Parts: sequence; C-alpha cells; structure tokens
Amino acid sequence: MTPRHLVLRAVAVLLAPAILLFALYVQFHADYSPGGGFQAGVVFAASLILHALIFGAGAARNLIAMEHLRRAMAAGVLLYGLTGAAGMTLGGVFLDYAPLAQSAQAGRHVGVFLVELGVGITVAATIVAIFRAFSEHRQDIGQEDW
Amino acid sequence: MSALLHPIVNVALLTMLVLLALGIALRRDLFSAAIYAGAFSMTMATLFLLLDAPDVAFTEAAIGASLTLILFLAAMTRAMGSEKIAAPRRLMPILVSLLTGAFILYGAQDLPPHASPAAPIHLHVAPDYLARTQEEFGFPNVVTAILASYRGFDTLGEVYVIFTAGVAILALLGGAGTAGARRRKP
Repeated sequence: MTPRHLVLRAVAVLLAPAILLFALYVQFHADYSPGGGFQAGVVFAASLILHALIFGAGAARNLIAMEHLRRAMAAGVLLYGLTGAAGMTLGGVFLDYAPLAQSAQAGRHVGVFLVELGVGITVAATIVAIFRAFSEHRQDIGQEDW
Repeated sequence: MSALLHPIVNVALLTMLVLLALGIALRRDLFSAAIYAGAFSMTMATLFLLLDAPDVAFTEAAIGASLTLILFLAAMTRAMGSEKIAAPRRLMPILVSLLTGAFILYGAQDLPPHASPAAPIHLHVAPDYLARTQEEFGFPNVVTAILASYRGFDTLGEVYVIFTAGVAILALLGGAGTAGARRRKP
C-alpha cells in the first residue's frame, strides 16, 4: 500500500506520543495543577483517536483490541468503587479515604490518586470505544461523501 | 491581563460566539456546521480560561472542541452529509426562541454582580473547602479535592453515567461483539 497523507502521518508520529505524555501529566499531577482523571482520560483517548484517524482502523485494532477497551471501561469504575469500599472496610465510611494510609492526610491523598486513576481509565476506554463503534463500518471516506 | 484589554478581548470573544452560533444554525452542510461547533467550543474554552476556570476550560477544549467534533464526523460517515431541507421556516419556533431569550435576560437581572465575592455560591460551602483542603489533603488543587473527595459520590455517579453511555452505544452499534466475530453491514 502506498502511504497516503504523508504530512499527516509524519505529524501524527510526532504528536501522538507527546499527547499521551501530556495525558499522563494531567492524570498524575492533578493535585497540583488544573486537570484530573476526566481531562486526562479525554486527552489520552484523543491521542489514540488521532492514531486511528491517521493510520486506520486496522492499526488501531492492533494497538488495543476492543475487548481490552471493554475491560478497561469496567476496571476504572471498579477501581473507584473499590477504593471507596476499602475505606469502609478499614473503619471509615464509603468514599472516606482517610484510613487508607498511616496519616489521614496521606490516606486522602492516596484515595484521590486512585479514584482519579479510575476516572481516567474509564473515560479514556469509553471514549475510544464509542469512537470505534461509530467508525468501525467505514474505513475510507471520500471528500464528497461528507 | 491589563484592565483596558480585558473587556476588549471579552467583547471580541463573545461576538465570535454569536457569529459562530449563527453559522451553526444557518449552514446546511453538516461538515461546516460541525466545524463551526468545534470553533464555538474552542472560543468558549478561551472564555472559561479568562474567567479563571482552567479545569473547565480544559474539559471544554478537549471534549467540546475535539472529541465531540470527531464523534460528529464519525456519525456523519453513517448518515447523509447534509441537513434535510425542512419546510419553509415557521414563525412559531422563532417566537419561542425570542421569548425564551427574553425570559433569560429578565431572570439574569437577579444574578449577583459578575465575580462578586459576596455572591451566595461563594459563601455556602466554598470557604469551608478552601480552608480545609490544604490541611486535610496536603495538595493545593481544591477542585481535585472537591471532585474526588468532598463530592466523591457525585463523581462516582458521573463515572457510572460515562460507563453506562459507553455500554449503551456498544450495545446499539454492535461494538460489543468479540474482536474475531465482528458484524459487518453487507
């Protein structure tokens, strides 16, 4: 297959990893700077969607299979809920993170970290899955088909 | 930003919003309308940033300006590219829109002054969150502390909503099948 959209490909190869890295920064730095799991998940998904748009649905499927996306969707929700339940089993109430570490402050920090991670995983997986569900049936769209 | 420049930028951005909204309403080909909608979101994100709400601006730029646009385009590949021409424009919808706008303007008279620290919303639980976050969490982003902990139930519910939306779309569009046995339209 002759490579089409050479410029787009070259730019995407440079941009996609940078966007992924930025998503991780937004995810794990949310306690100090704007952002959080939701924004990080969206940015992460945007990078994967950019990859899918430029390199096609086949390459996207090779990168992450649909079944992994579905597992990740559920895993994020579970991580959030179980973090809440963990506080409950350790003597607090549901979604009270204070008992998760030695000091209450450290426990809350850990809890927020885990909960935001859960949000990020679910949001990223869901958005990529929705995009794939919409784009799966047609791969090549001519300009006049819009 | 200087006090002189701020209103000019605000007026320029708000004018752009109106023009883009008109563009969305008037364009008949969906591709252009979708692009206008993305530009509308991006302008909105800039306004949120000027209102010192970087978290909201971030979300608007990522969701409204890029992902919604991409999903619109993806959905358009499964539909026709242009809006069906409706019957001649009727008077009633325009009247209803104008009336609603008038009511909103009337109701806005009762809003507290813009960015007033004495507004009720800033005096209810916000001072409490601001005072307690540094001590209880040890990090400075109050928004993250509120979303993930003080309002943890709300955020859990939001994650449920996103998850449910994803499951519903996969069920409707057939993405729920295994990777090997994908259904294809003939």
